[in-house]
Amino acid sequence: MVKNIKLIAVVFLVIVSFFILLKGLNKTNNYSPKLNSSKIDFNFKAKFLYSDEESTLYELINDKDFSIINIWASWCLPCREEHSFLLNLKSLDKLNIIGINYKDNEINAKKFIKELGNPYSKIVVDPSGVNSIELGAYGVPETILINNNSKTILKKYIGPLDNKKLDELKMIIKNEN
Amino acid sequence: MKIKILVLVIFYLIGSFNLSNAANSEKVDQISKNLRCLICQGQSVYDSQSDFALSMKILIQNKIDEGKNDEQIYDFLKSKYGEWIVYDPEINKTTVLLWVLPLILFVFGGILILRKVSIK
Repeated sequence: MVKNIKLIAVVFLVIVSFFILLKGLNKTNNYSPKLNSSKIDFNFKAKFLYSDEESTLYELINDKDFSIINIWASWCLPCREEHSFLLNLKSLDKLNIIGINYKDNEINAKKFIKELGNPYSKIVVDPSGVNSIELGAYGVPETILINNNSKTILKKYIGPLDNKKLDELKMIIKNEN
Repeated sequence: MKIKILVLVIFYLIGSFNLSNAANSEKVDQISKNLRCLICQGQSVYDSQSDFALSMKILIQNKIDEGKNDEQIYDFLKSKYGEWIVYDPEINKTTVLLWVLPLILFVFGGILILRKVSIK
């Protein structure tokens, strides 16, 4: 009888831990940081893709109410997918879209834009990836929405844009005014 | 014979160049070992060869060249990526248990042992 109880206890424990682990498997464990600093760094300095001039972020985001900073690369497949969404956003007149070309070959980058269209008002290059780190980015693609007047980050998407995120971006821009 | 000497000299130059480079990045290694590579969890920035980690190492080198000290670099990265990027968690509301629990267990164990000894 005592032996039986031990056996039942062990089997019970195994079953319970199995279900706990099973539940743990279904839970996505990706870390996404809370934005604890919504300030944007203006020390950022980068060269343009289409000219040899340099610019600071401050100069780049200054002319409209909102800016989107999109980090992309021609070698990044999800960037290809999200490109149509960026082209869609281009039609908003309160917004300018700035591209940061991440660790890319210049010729390939220009080919990418020629092939898929150019949603960006300005494109700067980031051959070493350091500028993206200064912006707090993880990799490509990544999209950051900035309020140009308050100079704060409103929203940040890690990974490609999709319909849902596009609607959300438009909502934020609409509601902010 | 001349060729041999030439080869030796070239190897010597390459070797010394690498050495000077290594000395330069020792500090980078030291800092990057304390940083979590955020896109390749389970690895430090030092261990990882991902684009993110490689850029991070260049950034750390740049910051060192600018004359920033370790503390300033960690603070900068924390402000960009949050507390999670450093392996050494600060004491705050969410991590207080992490820091205090071992201490409590230690004291509790000590009491248990003392009691057992004094009973004997």
